[in-house]
Amino acid sequence: MPQVKSLDELRKLREQVKEEISTRIETGTTIIVGMGTCGIAAGARDTMHAILQELDKRQISAHVRTVGCIGMCAREPLVDIEQAGKPRVTYGNVTPDMVPRLIEEHLKNGHVIEEWVVGRKTTDEIGL
Amino acid sequence: MRELSQHILDLLQNGIEAGATRLELDIDDDEQANRLTITVCDNGRGMDEETLQRVTDPFYTTRTTRHVGLGLPLLQAAAERCAGGLTIASQPGQGTVVTATFQRDHIDRAPLGDMVTTVMSVLLSAHECDLVYRHRANGRVFTLDSAELREALGDVPLSHPAVRSWIQSYIQEGLDALNGADDEASSGAVAKESDNATSQVAG
Repeated sequence: MPQVKSLDELRKLREQVKEEISTRIETGTTIIVGMGTCGIAAGARDTMHAILQELDKRQISAHVRTVGCIGMCAREPLVDIEQAGKPRVTYGNVTPDMVPRLIEEHLKNGHVIEEWVVGRKTTDEIGL
Repeated sequence: MRELSQHILDLLQNGIEAGATRLELDIDDDEQANRLTITVCDNGRGMDEETLQRVTDPFYTTRTTRHVGLGLPLLQAAAERCAGGLTIASQPGQGTVVTATFQRDHIDRAPLGDMVTTVMSVLLSAHECDLVYRHRANGRVFTLDSAELREALGDVPLSHPAVRSWIQSYIQEGLDALNGADDEASSGAVAKESDNATSQVAG
């Protein structure tokens, strides 16, 4: 029988995590997935699902956000990885099966997968 | 799109793009009436009559980054081939309501699909927007109100990894309980419709 959660659990979780919040926001990683019509039709939601699963599986703390169409529809699903102090890297045509390598190489090992990159923003451009 | 939940995500994203601060999603899965109804209501900028007339034209879009807008035409085609239809009501400055209906057992009706990831995609949007999600099936209703989640979390964001996992499980368990046995539906975020409650998140 499924056990439905209650908001009390969420309040307890808040107490557990709030102390590390400021550190995480300043130094952490954010993964941004394009979720316009073009992204959704190209499978962006499945890509995001794969990203969430992979992060949970490897217990990697990263924020995941969604954004609308940025006009590069032919390269959807688009996934940006933003890490404090580093250029923001945009990967194109990211399918769910590419996600484990993306997380392993970019997040774990710190190596950009050049053949999948479709754009970069320097730290100046993103205001860091 | 292979799943109705992908169309739903597209409708919700339209609301976000329209500057909405609050979205309401209602799914009414009515087996008795053999009808599945999806309604998305936003408080975004809305549309004037002229825009409303053109919004299901695939070669019309308000975007400047591309010249086609396929989201609503695709949903309209999906609904109409399942003996249903699409209606759109909008007022400039007030918001928009889109309703899609489907014959529930129509052979061409796509499955609802992964509602958990669809809802998460909205909750994780970089454009912060509240979402009320009500899902009715088998005489029960599951309700999620992101404003209540945010209130419980204070300054902890919905995108926090631990929070994100909690919400995913919360939605999944709620939807499982919608289709569960009678004794499973009386607690937490799921209520029998006769309880006449609209917000059933236990607090």
